[in-house]
Amino acid sequence: MHEGGFFFQAFVYLAAAVISVPIAKRLGLGSVLGYLLAGIFIGPFGFHFVGQEGQDVMHFAEFGVVMMLFLIGLELQPKLLWKLRFPILGLGGFQVLLTSSIILVVSIVVGLSWQTGLVVGMILSLSSTAIVLQTLNEKGLMKTDGGQNSFSVLLFQDIAVIPMLAVIPLLAIESVNSLTTSENSHADSWVSNLSVIEQTGVILLAIAGIILVGIYLIRPIFRIIAKTGLREIFTAAALLLVIGIAILMTNVGLSPALGTFLAGVVLAGSEYRHELESDIDPFKGLLLGLFFIAVGASIDFNLIAANPLFILGLVICLIVIKFLVLFILGKFYKMGLDNNFLFSFALAQGGEFAFVLFSFSVQNNVLSSEVANPLIAVVALSMAVTPLLMLINEKILQPKIGTKESDQKSADEIDEENSVIIAGFGRFGSVVGRFLRANGITPTVLDIDADNVDLLRRLGLKVFYGDASRHDLLHSAGAEKAKLIIVAVDESQKTIEIVETIKKHFPHLRILARANSWRNAYQLLEMNVEKVYLETFDTSIRLGVDALRALGLRAYQTYRNAKQFRKHDYETLEYLATVHKDKKEFIRSAKQRIQDLEQLILSEVKREDNSRDLGWDTSSLIKEFSKK
Amino acid sequence: MKKILILFAHPALEKSRVNKILISGIKDLDGVTFHDLYESYPEFDIDVKYEQQLLIANDIIIFQHPFFWYSIPAIMKEWMDLVLEHGWAYGSNGDALNDKLFFNVVTTGGREEAYQEEGYNRFTINQFLAPIHQTAYLCKMKYLSPYAIHGTHKITSEEIKFHIDEYKLLLTLLRDEKIDLVKSDRFKNLATNVLKLKKD
Repeated sequence: MHEGGFFFQAFVYLAAAVISVPIAKRLGLGSVLGYLLAGIFIGPFGFHFVGQEGQDVMHFAEFGVVMMLFLIGLELQPKLLWKLRFPILGLGGFQVLLTSSIILVVSIVVGLSWQTGLVVGMILSLSSTAIVLQTLNEKGLMKTDGGQNSFSVLLFQDIAVIPMLAVIPLLAIESVNSLTTSENSHADSWVSNLSVIEQTGVILLAIAGIILVGIYLIRPIFRIIAKTGLREIFTAAALLLVIGIAILMTNVGLSPALGTFLAGVVLAGSEYRHELESDIDPFKGLLLGLFFIAVGASIDFNLIAANPLFILGLVICLIVIKFLVLFILGKFYKMGLDNNFLFSFALAQGGEFAFVLFSFSVQNNVLSSEVANPLIAVVALSMAVTPLLMLINEKILQPKIGTKESDQKSADEIDEENSVIIAGFGRFGSVVGRFLRANGITPTVLDIDADNVDLLRRLGLKVFYGDASRHDLLHSAGAEKAKLIIVAVDESQKTIEIVETIKKHFPHLRILARANSWRNAYQLLEMNVEKVYLETFDTSIRLGVDALRALGLRAYQTYRNAKQFRKHDYETLEYLATVHKDKKEFIRSAKQRIQDLEQLILSEVKREDNSRDLGWDTSSLIKEFSKK
Repeated sequence: MKKILILFAHPALEKSRVNKILISGIKDLDGVTFHDLYESYPEFDIDVKYEQQLLIANDIIIFQHPFFWYSIPAIMKEWMDLVLEHGWAYGSNGDALNDKLFFNVVTTGGREEAYQEEGYNRFTINQFLAPIHQTAYLCKMKYLSPYAIHGTHKITSEEIKFHIDEYKLLLTLLRDEKIDLVKSDRFKNLATNVLKLKKD
């Protein structure tokens, strides 16, 4: 049944995701668990829609992890990465070292050889970047202490895979038939025939290449592409970048995830960051989903059913050992109890690298398949259990601890999520932006003109390239957390589109919008925009005031008249917005309003109308005194 | 129950020490309307009609402000100029404010001793407030002694706390008509004396 061709396969995977994820979310289980369950249902031990090819799908879908690390890199300024160096090396290093050692000792105690124990220990010390980061992101816990430390450990593990791949073949129990290793992608690289020193050189060269290309080449290229105004080409370029780096990294023997992460960090300060984020994000989401489904589908229930207690015992052992190591490290690093529980529960499983490394070890005759196969099942099960453990932590343990995540400490780490977004940074938006900055408010700025973005960035402003009518871009710019959006783009049609997007996806945002004509203003007012600003109106009035003063009128009264005029005009605007669809009524009331205003201003000048500033008018007093 | 209108003016509230805390305690009090003039009219374009309606709707009018150059802040003077119109607030037909209670709530940097005839400000706070007092008289309102907090340059947080509570008490007593108004004339300053004015 599962051999129905590509479209049938796609249909099965997509349908499984679309059905199970919303249900899982509804039940408060999170999307990862939803995907995993979907995988189990459609897998060979569920309804058997997909068979053993789940393994191949998994290898393909692992690319989602690569994209995820690229996106994480994009959110991480180099400065922030530097700040994380101690948790990465310290926490990460000790976690891998301690966990491996404990598992090594346990293995020797149960009668395995030390080589086997060491390999198993190293492999099982790794955790699942995909599951942990996806779950933390979904729960919005990435910026907490626990989240940051989890991320640091995962990053170290990603780096640790490289020496592991180098060491594992050396631990072979018997001499290896080296031909069998050619199946593995890592051994198949350009550098496998070089000496260690040469390999290191090539690796360093590749990393330097990524950094240099990222800084000097990528931005001009993206600028040229952005100028074409073709969105799909930008998306294609973004994908090309990620895939290109992944290929390069694989071929020099590094983890592709690490390479794209690095590229992400290099591009974190670039103006195309938000656009890249929103272009890559859907691909990442789909691939990760696919990956989780594949993990679910690949759980070998036959193996588990043959020896359920043994497998379950191993799963519990693995989780308990990893949890304890993490928890003690967390204590040592002075994490609060709530953060420490989050950290320890999050990372207490085997990771996706384990699948790769186990098959690599079997190929290298380091492990026998009798040892590897149950362990693969154990890792898959531990991954499946993780979202549940985190749920238990969140719903049962955390409320008892009571010390809710305090935001105080992580405040300075929240980067680029400002409370004001300015869409459009031309002659209008730039003034608004400068004024806000002068008052200590740094807005997040989006602009569609690639040249303008480039220029403004050279002037040291943080401006991002992109079309603000796209909800995904607004999302990347932090629209969920912002309080206010200022729509200041040139074209009235674009203004309307942006407002439509905001009203639909971010209804909590207060909108202040520029209108380039009365007509435009009516439309915006009709869409319930809080405040609308006619773009040349205030300047015109100010010029009018100066003109009157040049003719010899007194400044203060002229100024007050101008304010009256402006107030009246805006009232008129708001009124006309309610009737502008009815042409006749519109023209009639517009004329009436203008006449009213003329009357008002004229009478003010002639001092016939006594309705204003009476307090400064002594005529009634004079009258009363003359009566006495 | 009487209704109280607090007309508040501080041109730089963000720099204020006492007023900022003082208003936080009374803003949401039942029967009290708090009206921040600088916040409502940053361009001094006072809406005279609206202000007059506010005055009519309330029984007790309070000017709350810091004492700048021995007087009220600029917008308050503009407010007086424009809102208290001849023929409405005063003059032969101006009866709109008849019998309303009116007084100042003032904070001064200088200590109480400075505001004495022998002190270095040479006049008492009541003397400085004579124009306001006379305005109230002309508008046929009953003028109470001011509630004046002196020495705010060196005020302690305990003292501020005391005044927050006392000011709040004053407002509630006024609202519930439990203040002995006749007795109040005996005090030059209502501050620290509110409890003594409470009717049994």
